[in-house]
Order: sequence, then structure tokens, then C-alpha cells
Amino acid sequence: MSESTELPPELEAPPEEVKAELADDMHIATGTREPILEAAGVTMQFGGLRALNEVTMSLKEGEVIGLIGPNGAGKTTFFNCLTGLYTPTSGAVTLRGKPMPQDPSRVTEAGVARTFQNIRLFPSMTAMENVLVGRHVRMKQGPVSSLLHGPRFRRSEAEARDRAEKLLAFVGLTRFSEELARNLPYGDQRRLEIARALATDPSVLLLDEPTAGMNAQETEATRQLIFAIRDLGVSVVVIEHDTKFIFTLCDRVLVLVQGELLVEGTPDEVRGDPRVVEAYLGAPPEEIEAQLHTTEGES
Amino acid sequence: MSTFLSQIANGLMFGSLIALIAIGYTMVYGIITLINFAHGEIFMVGAYGGLATLTYWVPTAVVAQWYFALPIALVAGALVAMLVAIAMERFAYRPLRNAPRLAPLITALGVSVALQEAVRVFYPGATAAIPFPPLFLDGAFVIPIGDGVVIRYTGVLLIVVSLALAFALERFVERTRLGRAMRATSQDRDVARLMGIDPDRVIVLTFAIGGALAGVAGVLYGSYLNNINIDMGFQNGIFAFTAAVLGGIGNIRGAVVGGLVIGLVRALGGQYLPGGTAYDYVWIFVVLIIVLVFRPQGFFGESERVRA
Repeated sequence: MSESTELPPELEAPPEEVKAELADDMHIATGTREPILEAAGVTMQFGGLRALNEVTMSLKEGEVIGLIGPNGAGKTTFFNCLTGLYTPTSGAVTLRGKPMPQDPSRVTEAGVARTFQNIRLFPSMTAMENVLVGRHVRMKQGPVSSLLHGPRFRRSEAEARDRAEKLLAFVGLTRFSEELARNLPYGDQRRLEIARALATDPSVLLLDEPTAGMNAQETEATRQLIFAIRDLGVSVVVIEHDTKFIFTLCDRVLVLVQGELLVEGTPDEVRGDPRVVEAYLGAPPEEIEAQLHTTEGES
Repeated sequence: MSTFLSQIANGLMFGSLIALIAIGYTMVYGIITLINFAHGEIFMVGAYGGLATLTYWVPTAVVAQWYFALPIALVAGALVAMLVAIAMERFAYRPLRNAPRLAPLITALGVSVALQEAVRVFYPGATAAIPFPPLFLDGAFVIPIGDGVVIRYTGVLLIVVSLALAFALERFVERTRLGRAMRATSQDRDVARLMGIDPDRVIVLTFAIGGALAGVAGVLYGSYLNNINIDMGFQNGIFAFTAAVLGGIGNIRGAVVGGLVIGLVRALGGQYLPGGTAYDYVWIFVVLIIVLVFRPQGFFGESERVRA
């Protein structure tokens, strides 16, 4: 399992000049390292089932946080609370100190974007068009101007296309820009979903299992891509099953078990924590210990 | 030969009218998977709206000049039809947005009857057919083939206006922010919402566009046939719905092609097939059945719903 595998050209990390241009266009980073997205005591009750119990999280600017936990631990529920799809039963979600709007379309406008565990692109639109839909909230086009293709319409359309081209280059999909989304290979669909999310100019990006179903090379490419996204100034929260991926990617890791925040800390702290080993993996500690240590010192 | 060409011309004229109505059926279906059976009535209301404006609100001296009367009637017809379509969505369909699909379908039939009866009761003289002024140069030109093919100017206007509007709509849906929002909503409403698109606004926009096109079609129809009646929406609505299915429901280009095909089948079938014009419905549905046997999704249909 060598992580330093040579990546094929189309999976290589985004070129520096594309990164620089995008960072310029998006100008998200303020360089303050202030907390940006905070969840305080978030509880989510579905009838008799408590899916989340008092979960607290604080994401700082430019940080990558990992969210792990066994199936049914409440990870996706937590994401849905963060994006306004669910209203928490109690507790609060704030973005830069302001309460998160309860309407998904307003959440996007406020600067939170996400991808989905099961890919949800617009299948019959091209890759380019998918990214352009992501620009929706950042574009201004009057109905009259767009009917007559007036100068304001053309300017806004040209700007959006320019940004979309850069984003497609950023995720390495320039060659597929005119291809229908449903015809893209699986891994590329995931990358396109990320590009579409980035098109909304998010300050926080939530990725729900971005490497699900990927091979080692594609997983490595995704890691590089997430690092590049962080370098743009976007703060990232990642849900993953692949603990090795999380431990080599994130600044901090949160472990959710049965709706409770079990442990929070750096990858090293979390990896060594016996509670995590027991609760998350549910196997005799010695065995797991051995398994976890084999993943150390790679990458 | 000249008869054949005349019928081709007639078919294209009637077909482009049907195409304009069919676009409304297909767009609404694309966004909310509702067969809006009241759409034919929107077309009828547009014709009466245009006529009312000319009859009651515009001085006769102005109406006498076609270059004033035509744009006034077209815009008025489009506006009236659009407002009725928006009201219909707001008050009849939106409350049923999350109801089982059958509920809005039945509601659509109810709206259809209600609109017809409203016009019958409230529009002076609407219990019988009402004369409609010609809104365009009242002549024709003759193509010297065989005995001569007569083409009325009104018919040419009909084709030009219809195709120009269909073309503009296609550009709008393919290349603008709102057009993309419509297509995104038709493909995945929840994700569209997460991209910051308000589905309610997209749905209203869809009804407004479909309604305006039907209103324009209503006025053109009146001006072409020189009289209108309250059944016109029902008859032509069925043709237009068939055109939408034939072209692949949800697909705008399909609706236009479907409309033209139906126009041609009706004109040529009426001329050359046994039974003549009395059987025009029969020939149209025979074509529909044949097409659907070999291509159940219609000419341009695919899994996708709204596509220009």
C-alpha cells in the first residue's frame, strides 16, 4: 500500500496557477483562523429516536475536520443540520456568529456548500452547465436583459463561464466540460460535484464520503484536491468511513457514536484512544491496535 | 401538385399554432410532472383577452390600423393568459404540490371547466362564436405552381411569430441563469434548492411562459380564422397535448416538431385520406399510436424532462 503512487496526469493535484487565479476570484480567506462554523449542543430527535445528542463542533477558518463513526452514528444527520435541511430539535448552528438560515437556498447564499453521499448531479446537463447552476446565487441577470441578451446579461454570463472553466480545470475535468454529467466516469462525477459546490463561493465545504467507491489512486487524488481546496481558504468538514484517509487528511477528527460526540482531537490522539478503538470498530482492542498501527507512517 | 403544396402550407400554419400551445404542456410537465389539462383553456382565455382589449379598451380608430391592433392584441392576449396561468398555479395547483398526483390532475380538469364557464357567463355574447378582426394585411400571395398556391399573409405571420418565439424560448432555457435553473429544477428539485434556486419561483416562471405563449397563440388563431368560441381551447388543447407527447413530453423542441407533424397530418390526411377532414382526429391519433409503438418516449424524449 504505497500512498506515494504516481498519479495519472488527469488525477494530478490542481496546477498552481489555476489555484492562484481561483483564490484570487473567490477571495474567501481572511487569514484570521477564527471559528467560522459552530454547532453548539445540537440535538436531533426523530420521534422516539435521538439521532444526535448535544453535539458540539467548532470549525476554524482554513481547517479540515474529519467526522467518523460507524453506520447510523448520525454523521449525515449532523450534515443535514449544518446545511439547514433539518432544524435541530435543540441547540444552535452558527456561521460566523450568525444563526444558520433554515432554508437550504439561503444556506448556500450564506456560504455553506455540500456534496452528497450518493452523487446528485443534474444528469442531463453538461459538466459545464452543472457548475454554472452552482453559480446561480452569485449571478445577477434580469429577466428582460436575459431575453434580449443585453450587455449586462452577456457580462454576467461570461464571468460565470470563466469561473466555471477555472473550476473545471481545478478538479481536472476540462476535457469533459461539454459532456453530459451522467456519462462521466464515477470518480469524475464526484469531482464534478465538488466543482459545482465550489462554484457557490462557499467559505465552508461539507463533503459526505467523497472517496466512497474509489480506488487507491482516486482516493489519493481526492486527498490532494481537498488540500488544494483548503489552500483556497475554504474550510472543510469531511465524513468518511475510510479512517486511514481521514487520519492523513484532517487537522482534527471528531468521532460520533450513536449520536454522541465520543472523542475529539488530532488524528494521533483519536487513533490512540482506546474508546474509539472499542466503540468505533467494536472488535478486541489488541487486534484493532495492530490494524491501526499498520496504517501509521505511511504518507 | 398545387393542392398538395397548399395543404403543406396549411399544415405548417396550423402546426405552428399547435406547437406554441404544446410548449406550455411540455414545460409544465417537465417541471412538476403534471398534465395541465386546463392549458387549452389558457389559450382560449388569451384569445378572448386580446379581443376584449381591442373591442372595449382601444379606440376604434387605432384598431383600424393593423400595425397598432396586432401588437396590442398580441401583448394583451399574452398578458391575460399569463396572469390566468399564474393565478391557476397559485390557487389551484400549489396547495396540492405534495398531494398524490391524481389530485392536481383532477383539479386541472376542474379548472378547465371553470375557465370555460367563466368566459361563457361573463363575456358578452360568448354563448356563440364571436367574430374576430383580422389583425394583419388581409391579402395573400400566389406561388405560380400548377393552378397557383395561395398563401395568406396571416398564415405567414402565424408561422413566423410561432417559430421566432419557440427559438427565443430555446435560447432562454439553454443559455441563461433562469433557464438553467428551470432545467436543474426539473432534474432534481432538492439539489436545485441547495444550489440556491427557489423552486416556487421556477414553477411560477414556467406557468407564466407557457401561459404567455398560449395567449399569443389564441390571438393568432382568432386573427387567422376570424372567429373564436369557447370550445377552441378544448379542441386545440387535445391536438397540442398530442403534439407534446409525440415530440417527447418535457422536451421543448419535441413540442414544436410534434406540433408541425400534427398540422401536416391533419392537412394532408384531410385532403387525401378517406373520410376527409371529418376524420382528422382519427389520422392524428393513428400517427400518435404508430410513433409510440416504435418510440414510446416520443421523437426527442429521454429520461430527462425539460430540454430545449
